[in-house]
Amino acid sequence: MNVTKKEYEELNKSRSPKSKLQKTLPKAFVAGGVICAIGQCLLMLYRYLGLEEETAGLAVSVTLITLSVLLTGLGLYDKLAKHGGAGTLVPITGFANSVAAPALEFKTEGYIAGIGAKMFLIAGPVIVYSTVAAVAYGVVYALMK
Amino acid sequence: MKKLSGGSIWFETPLSVSAFASAAGPKENDGPLSGKFDFAAEEPCIGEDSWEKSESSLITKTFGKAIEKARLAPSEVDFVFAGDLLNQCVGTVFGLRDFKVPFIGVYGACSTMAESLALASVFISSGLGQNAAAITSSHFCSAERQFRMPVNYGGQRTPTSQWTATAAGCAVVSPKAQPPYITGATFGTITDMGVKDSANMGAAMAGAAYETITAHLSAHGTHPRDYDLILTGDLGVVGSGILRDLLHKDGVDISNVHNDCGLLLYDLERQDVHAGGSGAGCSAAVLCADILPKLQCGELHRVLFVATGALMSAMTAQQGESIPGIAHAIEFTSKVTN
Repeated sequence: MNVTKKEYEELNKSRSPKSKLQKTLPKAFVAGGVICAIGQCLLMLYRYLGLEEETAGLAVSVTLITLSVLLTGLGLYDKLAKHGGAGTLVPITGFANSVAAPALEFKTEGYIAGIGAKMFLIAGPVIVYSTVAAVAYGVVYALMK
Repeated sequence: MKKLSGGSIWFETPLSVSAFASAAGPKENDGPLSGKFDFAAEEPCIGEDSWEKSESSLITKTFGKAIEKARLAPSEVDFVFAGDLLNQCVGTVFGLRDFKVPFIGVYGACSTMAESLALASVFISSGLGQNAAAITSSHFCSAERQFRMPVNYGGQRTPTSQWTATAAGCAVVSPKAQPPYITGATFGTITDMGVKDSANMGAAMAGAAYETITAHLSAHGTHPRDYDLILTGDLGVVGSGILRDLLHKDGVDISNVHNDCGLLLYDLERQDVHAGGSGAGCSAAVLCADILPKLQCGELHRVLFVATGALMSAMTAQQGESIPGIAHAIEFTSKVTN
C-alpha cells in the first residue's frame, strides 16, 4: 500500500459526499411539523367530540400509532421517512414504525422466534434506556423531596 | 498453468467460458442493462414466501439457464463453485440443492464471483474435468434484514451507502474452445485500511482493489493501457474515486479504462442508489449480462475483472472492528494466439 491509514482516511473524506444539510434539515423540520400539526388537529377534533383533555391526548397517540403502522404495512412509511428523516423518526409515528417494521420483516421466522423475539429489535434499546432514565429521575426526585 | 508472483496465476493454455447466464430483480432490470438479463423478476419476492427463498430462486434460475445454454445436464457439471452474502451461504445451498452437483461453497462477500471463477479455472486447467460452474447471488431484501434494518423501517441511507443488488450470475468454465477466454487470475490479500463505516463499503474495499490490480499488473507484466476495461465490482462512486487516487499516486492512470459494476448496474440519479450498486450478485450479473457477451462478440478484447468484497459481519461492525476488504482478479480476452 502506498499510503498510510491516516492518508487513506483523508482520501476517503475527500471522495465521500456529505449529507446535503441545506436540503435535509428543512425537509425534516416540515415533516416533523406536519405530523405534530396533524396530532394537534386530532386533539382539537377529539376535544370537540367531547373527550376529556387527557383521554383526547391518549386517543391522538393511538390514532397516530395506528396510522403509522398502517403506512408501514403498506410500505409507504419508509418512503415518507426517506424524505422526512428525523422529522418522521422522532415523533410517536417513528417509534410505531420501528416496532411494526421488524414485526413484518421477521414473520417468516414464526410467531415466537420471529415476530415475538424481533419486534423490539430497534425500539428495545429506547425502552430499556428510557426506563433506566426514569428510575434515575425517580431516585433524584425522591432525594430532593 | 503457472504460478506468478503474489497470488497471480497465468493459464498458459487459456480456458473458455462456455456459457453464462444472469438474473436480476425488477429495479436492476429497470437500469442501464435492462433487457440484457436471461431472467428478470417482476417482483422482488420472485413468487416466494421468504427473501431467502427468493434469492435461492435466482440461483436456481441462473444455474439452470447457464447449463441449458451450455447444453449440459446437471450430471455433466464436474464442480460448482458458488456463494452469496447470507449466513452459511444458504442462498446458493438451497438454490442448488436439487441439482445434485458437486458443490464447493465459497465465501468472499461481494468478491465471490471472481473467487469462484478463479477456482473453477484452476480446477479445469489442472485437468480435473470439462465443466466447472461459478455462480454468485445477492438479494436486496435478504441482505438488508441480515446486515442492516428491516425493509419497511423508516431510516435514511447515507450518501456513501450502496444498494445491494437483487441479481445473480453464472459462468461455466471449460477447456479452451471459443471466446471469451480466461488467461489469468490473481487471488488478493486481505487489506484493511481502517474504515469502520459499514455504510461506506466502497472506501473499505478500494485499498484491496488497489493491491490486487497492482499485483496482477506487476505479475503479468501488463499496463492499464493494455486493457479495454478494468472493471471493479463494486466500489461505487466513493471507492472508484479512491482507487483512481491511489493508483495515480503511483503514476498509474486508469481513468480511461476503468469502470465499476456498481456504477453500470443502476442509473445513479434516477434510481436513487446513492453511491452505486453492491452485493455479490451485482458484479456477477454485470459480468454475465454485459461484459462476457461483449468479449464473446469481440466488442471488448481484454478485460480485467476485479471483484471486491468487504469481509465483515454485522457483529464485528457492532464490536467496532474495521472492515477488511478483499479483491480477486480474472483476466478475460476475446482472442488468443495459438
